[in-house]
Amino acid sequence: MYGLNLVVVLPLVAVAGVLVWRRANTLTWLLFSLIGLWAFFKFGFIVPIPQSVATIYLGITGLALVCYASSSRERLAETVQPIVRLIVEPRYRLALAGLLIALPALAAYNVYADLTAPLEAPGFGREIHPPPPTELTVHDETLDMATADNPYLHYHEDDPEAYEQHLENGRRIYYENCFWCHGDGMGGDGMFAHGLNPVPSNFNDVGTLPILQSSYVHWRIAKGAPGLPAGGTPWDSAMPAWEKFLTTEEMWDVNLFIYDFNGYQPRALGQH
Amino acid sequence: MSRNKILFGIGVLAFVSVIVTVRLGGFLVDNEYRQPERQVAVEEATGEAEATPRQQGIADEQAADEAEARARPYVEAEYRAVPFVGSRVTVWVLAQLHLLFAAFVLAVPIFAFIIEFIGYVTGEKRYDRLAYEFTKLLSVSFSMTATFGAFLTFALIILYPKFTNYLMHIFSPTFLPYVLLFFLEALFLYSYYYGWGKFGPKMHLFLGFMLNVVGTAIMFIANAWLTFMMSPGKREDVDGDGIPDFVSAVSESGALLSLRDAFFNFTWMPINIHRIIANVAFGGSIAAAYAAFRYLQARNDEDRAHFDWMGYVGNFVAIIAFLPLPFAGYYLAAEIYAFSQTLGVQMMGGTFSWLFVLQAALIGNLFLGANYYLWLGMGRIEGTAHFHRFIKWLLIAIALCFAVWATPRYAIASVSEIAAMGGSSHPQLSYLGQMSAKNTAVNILILSTYMSFLLYRRTGKTSIHPQRQLLARTQVIIFAAAAALVIFFGVFGYHQSVDAATRIRFAIPQVYSVLAAMVAITVIDLPLYRNARQTGETQWGRMPAVSQYALIFIALSFTWLMGLMGYVRSGLRQEWHVYGVVLDTSPDAYTPTLGFATQIVSVTVLIFFGLIGVVFWLSSLSGKKAWEPKSAVEADRLGEGHAA
Repeated sequence: MYGLNLVVVLPLVAVAGVLVWRRANTLTWLLFSLIGLWAFFKFGFIVPIPQSVATIYLGITGLALVCYASSSRERLAETVQPIVRLIVEPRYRLALAGLLIALPALAAYNVYADLTAPLEAPGFGREIHPPPPTELTVHDETLDMATADNPYLHYHEDDPEAYEQHLENGRRIYYENCFWCHGDGMGGDGMFAHGLNPVPSNFNDVGTLPILQSSYVHWRIAKGAPGLPAGGTPWDSAMPAWEKFLTTEEMWDVNLFIYDFNGYQPRALGQH
Repeated sequence: MSRNKILFGIGVLAFVSVIVTVRLGGFLVDNEYRQPERQVAVEEATGEAEATPRQQGIADEQAADEAEARARPYVEAEYRAVPFVGSRVTVWVLAQLHLLFAAFVLAVPIFAFIIEFIGYVTGEKRYDRLAYEFTKLLSVSFSMTATFGAFLTFALIILYPKFTNYLMHIFSPTFLPYVLLFFLEALFLYSYYYGWGKFGPKMHLFLGFMLNVVGTAIMFIANAWLTFMMSPGKREDVDGDGIPDFVSAVSESGALLSLRDAFFNFTWMPINIHRIIANVAFGGSIAAAYAAFRYLQARNDEDRAHFDWMGYVGNFVAIIAFLPLPFAGYYLAAEIYAFSQTLGVQMMGGTFSWLFVLQAALIGNLFLGANYYLWLGMGRIEGTAHFHRFIKWLLIAIALCFAVWATPRYAIASVSEIAAMGGSSHPQLSYLGQMSAKNTAVNILILSTYMSFLLYRRTGKTSIHPQRQLLARTQVIIFAAAAALVIFFGVFGYHQSVDAATRIRFAIPQVYSVLAAMVAITVIDLPLYRNARQTGETQWGRMPAVSQYALIFIALSFTWLMGLMGYVRSGLRQEWHVYGVVLDTSPDAYTPTLGFATQIVSVTVLIFFGLIGVVFWLSSLSGKKAWEPKSAVEADRLGEGHAA
């Protein structure tokens, strides 16, 4: 359900229910929140969330819990009191001894788990939308990237028949050249996609086509991976430079088609 | 042994160590070479000293250097280098320090003037004292601002002479008014500060008002210089086709075409708005940190009560200014995007986008810190236990929104994580990385913070209004309706039928609903708690020390945030001094790594806090007791001295 791993989520909800029922004290709630959220971030999603994001979430959780525990003198006393009792009252000696063994053991296990984790290339933050150049030269024609627009877009209003022709041409070009990687439905899941890392762009995504001007998409189609700026390497993109295989008109047509197919409008110049 | 004697001993030891080191170095240098015995013998025999190969070599080198210097033609330097640190880092740190002090000097008079005005209207002396306490910080800070301003100007002239000359070519007509305004700023500032209690209240308020007018005008001029570097012109629909065209303020060669367009350029006004609001938030937080510093030093209840109240007011000013700041930030970012797709993508989708994750973390911390301080503030008032139960829910809302805001659109992930996700974005969490979610989160954060403030305001009071239940319920309904609207627009933004432009425009009704709710709830709250029955006395000075550290933490976060975002705005130009016009061809013309940039920001913040510590210390001297002799013997000796 919504990508959640119910095997983990439901028991966590059940434990929370028990704590409410038993009117658990503040310290118990704080411990449950910390451990429960750790378990949720670690195992609660069918597709695991990256460690970097989980670390951010756990940091926020820890900070919030500290704020809560110390938000008044009474609450702080209520939180600390069970810990003090555990330390000073003789009847908890066994539990204290267990804790004193468990905590270093947990730290030791953490070190062991870190050191025995399978080796893997470190994570990196890849730029998804590389910054475009200010000017673009394709087939000896130089465009101002800020003002250039798809020359056939206005046919949508002015000449619907011509618009349909360009759209049809774009469709043909897409299914001859692009769908192998970007997929039938443009979800970035074509038959070659699984062999590529990173995977091809998903044009269904609301955060991709609509936020870009059509000149940007034209730049990406025309120049592909070889035309990516040096500023944000490693790009590791397999996108060909289509200017070597297609005419300018064909590239604008396919540009038109991928926007039309997904029901998006290119970002307009000067648009906020 | 007394502490003073130990410190004196350490000082003497340090001085002696320096002298010994210098003498030793001199000795070693003087004795690096000894004449061979053979030469001594020749000199004794002939009466003339024979040059050694070393002496001859040195003389030849000097002659060659002299000849080369004479032969070398004069060439205008484009750049000069700073050893080890580099020119860019030097200018970067100096500009940032200048800006931080300038922001403080511009902000404090704004709220000092408002507080003084409140004191004038209400007739309460404590407001006047508070405004004076804030103003005390200005004098030294003004000197610091001027010092770093001069330092920065010299650094620019020395290290970037050609580029500085170009800026002078464009903006030379603005320099004289700037200097004149700076002179007026000094005049108004010192007359405002030293004239406290010396002028009539209206005259003094007029001085404060003029100080603010002149200060703002100075900032507007300086903003034109820096925004020109980013957007050297304006966008205007020249050919009437409905598409805005770029109207450059300079020709292709960089020659000035229109000073007006260069001054009132595309991003000038967004920066003005953003900076005024941010300055007040920053200034309030620094003033609150000063109050915290004094609170922690205070030795009697009266001082603790005063500085507790001062910290509260400073923090209140900071948070009130902080609430609209995200919207001003969005406006600026949107204008940058509208001006140039390249800059926009670079900022929000490119390298700099990672810094916005850091920004989110800092802003989340600020909201959390501000709310935490308010919750702790409830401890000042007796009988507030029933309000504490709301803290849990507010905290959950704040933590959730914080998490949403800090969720990156594309996560830093290992190869196996990317493979599992099928790309760089997580199938569920990537929705939280988009503007719809971020706008929703920030609006709910603002609403929650406002609710914390409202709860704080109500502690220790019981309304006696005849319609109190109805009014209170109306407030709850307004609050719930605003929250529901914000969430609705946030979720609906993801619907397939909503295009990107409309989705981003949803931010407007979200903002308006939050603002309207805050205004409406306040309008209801004023009569609701007018003449309310006091159920608990506010005991200023009854705050745990951790609350004061929270204030310092907030100030630190604000400062770091300003440094970070200042770098983003400036760094966006990348290899350009003036975007699209003057290319940076210096060895520093590359975008530093994010880690390096954050290190420079951190070091700058540390230097600033070191210096602001000096400002705090100097400002606190005026409140200290006059020096008195420690013993009767010393007093007698001084008395004799004076008599003599």
